[in-house]
Amino acid sequence: MAKTTAEVIREITSNHLLNNNGLMFGQSLKGAGWLGGTIPDCKGLVDLPITDIAGPGFAVGAALMNIRPIFLVRYQGFLWLNASPLINYAAKSISIWNRPCPLFIRAVGMEGDGIGPVASGCLHSIFMHPPGMKVVAPMTPGEYQDVWDDFYSNEDPVFVSEHRSSYPISKEMPDIINQKSKITIMAISAARINALEAIDELVKDGVDCDIFHIVNLKPFKTSDQLLLSLNSTKLGIVIDTDFETCGASQSIAYDLMLKTGAKIYGYGLADKVSGVSIETQNLTPSKLEIKDKIKLILDQNDY
Amino acid sequence: MRSPTLGKIDNLPEIFGQKFALDLFTRGNFSRQFELQVKEKANQGLIHGPIYLSIGTEFNSAALSLSLENPLIFGQHRGHSLYLSFGGSPDPLRDELLGLSTGCSYGVGGSCCIQCKEINMFGHSGLLGEQVPLAVGACFAKKQLTLTIFGDAAIEEDYVAPALGWAVTQDLPIIFICEDNDLSVLTKTEDRRSWKAVDLANSLNMYAVDIADDPWLIAHHVKKICESGKPGFINIRTVRGIWHAGTGVDNDLEWNRYELVEKEIEAMDLSQEMIEINLKNKERVDLIWQKLQQK
Repeated sequence: MAKTTAEVIREITSNHLLNNNGLMFGQSLKGAGWLGGTIPDCKGLVDLPITDIAGPGFAVGAALMNIRPIFLVRYQGFLWLNASPLINYAAKSISIWNRPCPLFIRAVGMEGDGIGPVASGCLHSIFMHPPGMKVVAPMTPGEYQDVWDDFYSNEDPVFVSEHRSSYPISKEMPDIINQKSKITIMAISAARINALEAIDELVKDGVDCDIFHIVNLKPFKTSDQLLLSLNSTKLGIVIDTDFETCGASQSIAYDLMLKTGAKIYGYGLADKVSGVSIETQNLTPSKLEIKDKIKLILDQNDY
Repeated sequence: MRSPTLGKIDNLPEIFGQKFALDLFTRGNFSRQFELQVKEKANQGLIHGPIYLSIGTEFNSAALSLSLENPLIFGQHRGHSLYLSFGGSPDPLRDELLGLSTGCSYGVGGSCCIQCKEINMFGHSGLLGEQVPLAVGACFAKKQLTLTIFGDAAIEEDYVAPALGWAVTQDLPIIFICEDNDLSVLTKTEDRRSWKAVDLANSLNMYAVDIADDPWLIAHHVKKICESGKPGFINIRTVRGIWHAGTGVDNDLEWNRYELVEKEIEAMDLSQEMIEINLKNKERVDLIWQKLQQK
């Protein structure tokens, strides 16, 4: 039976802690169901005091000693506090001092189930804004392994936007390319799951779509296939699980629009606080929302 | 509370001996002469960007460098004397202040963000006190003697107290130095907080003392902390000789540590040696700037 993403994360972590004398820093590491089974029960776990700015500072200091620590952020909502030493020091270290600060930041996103405004959501876009930090959003076991292998092959710090909905995934998610697609979909993080469900619905309505899974948000690299698709459809949408305004979806859409001349939309969370109630929650665009959005875009562009 | 004799222990200069006194003067005097040259160059408009001079605090760094063996060093702005006292090469420091790519931070960081890999001195990012949790994390990972220096304003930053606390929890070999000039730019401590830094450290069950910037006293307490192998905290009441940034001079200095050290060494019958050290250092500093002209 194929391994799930959660199992791969646990294996990678366990191997690092046991065989590389690695360290994993985080708060309440031994609680909360071991975070979806992703945390091994072994040496090297460093349970931090509940200090959201000093805590990542400890991890950054350890990274300067080149031991490649892992820093776990249980909820991405905490990143507003955590960000300072990560962005202001780890990300700048090579540029200012030519000092490697290889830190693997596991930032766990979750949403829904009434969590509302409390530490919820994904905030990878804020880490794309300043220079020096790699930003990735793997969802599958293979993608996660690739991200770890890349981290170990160089000295860059990396921000891993990890969504809880990725944990049970055991299959890879290849890009889907059709000859007669009307629109090119690029999806990020948990939005990939919803986008795949949406295109199944769209096909039933006679709308074929290409879909590309975006893992590397920064630096963002375009594939030849993606460019070919956009040159063919002349229409695209980038769907994200982070906020749309000034977010990854708008940023990537803008880059690709300039590169290809295709009209590309950004689509992410609405510009509002997420509430607890069903009516007020603010989630990753759902299957139906994505389907409706794409139909609207096609209508507006005379397809 | 602020006094040049706060915490004074009699006869420390004699206990530490003549060699210590001369080494102390060599390092402190060199830093002062280097900084006076920097001040002059800045006044001539040769230095671009803000500078934070160590004048007034150079003997703190000299004493620390004579008392600590190969520590990891996490300082802050006003760190030129720290860099020089621990043996950082002056040429890359000069170049950094001039914004040259041959600078110790490649001309990117400037005066505030100096580093030196040869002496394990890590650069500061500019956020006050950020170096304290970084130092604790580095010490935790490496289990190597670590020195971190901050000011009486930086200790008020949110993340400093938890860093002190975690160092105690983990029983780390780290020395926290608070250079307390009683000023945050121009705002006095009493206008910012009602608590004392030393009381904060004491409340965490850490060895903590509040002393004047007497270098022998600093060396004495550093030695005690090092022998314990545990974290320790020293609040050093000090007097900056130059404004927070730039080259201006504050009026009415509370005391002049440089002159006090000279008097102490004179009392050890080492006046002639001091004159010779002063001349040698002057030649050395002059050469540093002459080399620049040749470049």
